[in-house]
Amino acid sequence: MNVKEIRKLFPILHQEVNGHPLVYLDSAATSQKPLPVIEAVERYYREYNSNVHRGVHTLGTKATEAYEGAREKVARFLNAPDSAQIIFTRGTTSALNLVAWSYARRVLREGDEIVITPMEHHSNLIPWQQAAKATGATLKYVPLRPDGTIAVEDFAQTVTERTKIVAVTHVSNVLGTINPIKTFAAIAHEKGAVIVVDGAQSAPHMKVDVQDLDVDFYAFSGHKMCAPTGIGVLYGKRHLLEQMEPVEFGGEMIDTVELYDSTWKEIPWKFEGGTPIIAGAIGLAAAIDFLESVGLDAIRAHEEQLARYALERLRAIDGVTVYGPEERAGLVTFNVEGIHPHDVATVLDSRGIAVRAGHHCAQPLMRWLGVTATARASFYLYNTEEEIDKLADALQYAKEYFHNVLG
Amino acid sequence: MSLDELYRQVILDHYQKPRNWGRLDDDAVTVDLNNPTCGDRISLQLRVEGGKVTDVRFTGEGCSISLASASMMTEAIKGKSVDEALALADAFSRLMQRQDVGDIDLGDLEALQGVSKFPARIKCALLAWKAMQEGLRHAGQPAKE
Repeated sequence: MNVKEIRKLFPILHQEVNGHPLVYLDSAATSQKPLPVIEAVERYYREYNSNVHRGVHTLGTKATEAYEGAREKVARFLNAPDSAQIIFTRGTTSALNLVAWSYARRVLREGDEIVITPMEHHSNLIPWQQAAKATGATLKYVPLRPDGTIAVEDFAQTVTERTKIVAVTHVSNVLGTINPIKTFAAIAHEKGAVIVVDGAQSAPHMKVDVQDLDVDFYAFSGHKMCAPTGIGVLYGKRHLLEQMEPVEFGGEMIDTVELYDSTWKEIPWKFEGGTPIIAGAIGLAAAIDFLESVGLDAIRAHEEQLARYALERLRAIDGVTVYGPEERAGLVTFNVEGIHPHDVATVLDSRGIAVRAGHHCAQPLMRWLGVTATARASFYLYNTEEEIDKLADALQYAKEYFHNVLG
Repeated sequence: MSLDELYRQVILDHYQKPRNWGRLDDDAVTVDLNNPTCGDRISLQLRVEGGKVTDVRFTGEGCSISLASASMMTEAIKGKSVDEALALADAFSRLMQRQDVGDIDLGDLEALQGVSKFPARIKCALLAWKAMQEGLRHAGQPAKE
């Protein structure tokens, strides 16, 4: 993988921030966009912008082909059996909410259980809290081990015959933990539960095969994988999607409309009321082409190396605590003793380094870690070891700066 | 952008040695506020007697800017009338937005002016002031007949 060549495709990376070359280490929040994606979106608006599924005219046909072509591309990307099982949403949050509203609230009864984990992003936690409250189901948490991983035995013990839904993240956005989804899915199915997987931090960074994992639902966002904001995906097993009612009603999603009742289109369109996210889907298709041209396995290997290097460099700094397991995705969450993560992030920003500081939309996990906030550096295919060196140097500088000013 | 503009000595002094830290009696007006985007939190207690802020205490967790601003706020409003304290909150919020504060004397609070050049940190500086405004609005309502 030639990172130097890859970086040339990301115009945003070639700028100075506060007098220093930008070091962008916040891809877990949102990734940067390469030229092929920017150009694909621009081409749609310049050359064939039109609504889909309705126009007889030429541009309408072109736009429809591009939009439905994007769906087919996503299906291949996830190895889904059929593109009808790919629903375009606004992002991971709306995909997970669709499952929680339309599937969970229909099947859950009082006394049923929903099993989740303490490492969930709020978007895979609050929808289940709400579904539990609305149906009388109970929310149960699989315990975490001290290193931030989940023991398969603990998972197997938490899931019972009363569990109807297991909702778990593939990769933790804070700890970097990679969960054994295939094993979890087998256990959930043995107990008769369906498994819903938050793929926001996995789909951009590693090969995902929904049939091999045997997951029932899988959600991810385009903007974390080089595509525009506002486009996301829900994959679901056909028989589950077919049981589900739409949550948004209006144009595009109907079959026949009578005065007092209506019928819906088949999947996936019954879930896509209104004019869909056409430019977003086209951008996502271009992003998938781009990522596949580099190779998902190569991207994963590159990030694994960056994470290993970052762990080594950050752990060598006195007073820096790193959270999470050895084996991890391409991100490192940390704190510097005596300096609040906001102050750390401000000092890093003064040197052109962008990291995230705060609770990372995972307040229960912050409580589990015993902190109110942390800083996080997250990597993607365009990051380099030199950038991690700059991060380590800047953390050293932050320590010295606060040591001096605080006396 | 210079870090020294943000981390002024007076700010760091308040951060290291927060004034009016602790709790008042349970019958004092208490406001608990979070900054949901970053996890900072403050628990502010105010005693208002005869239209005056006679005592104020706080505890909380947060970054240097949020704790220093809270500490400086408590010093600035202690002994002031409710109206004066609210006017100060208004002026402070204008200072953060780089607007004219009029002829209100902000004293040491001027040191926080640098925060206005770091837009991501303005929310940190405003948390304690929002708690104070909310508390004084409560205090303005008769608690018991």
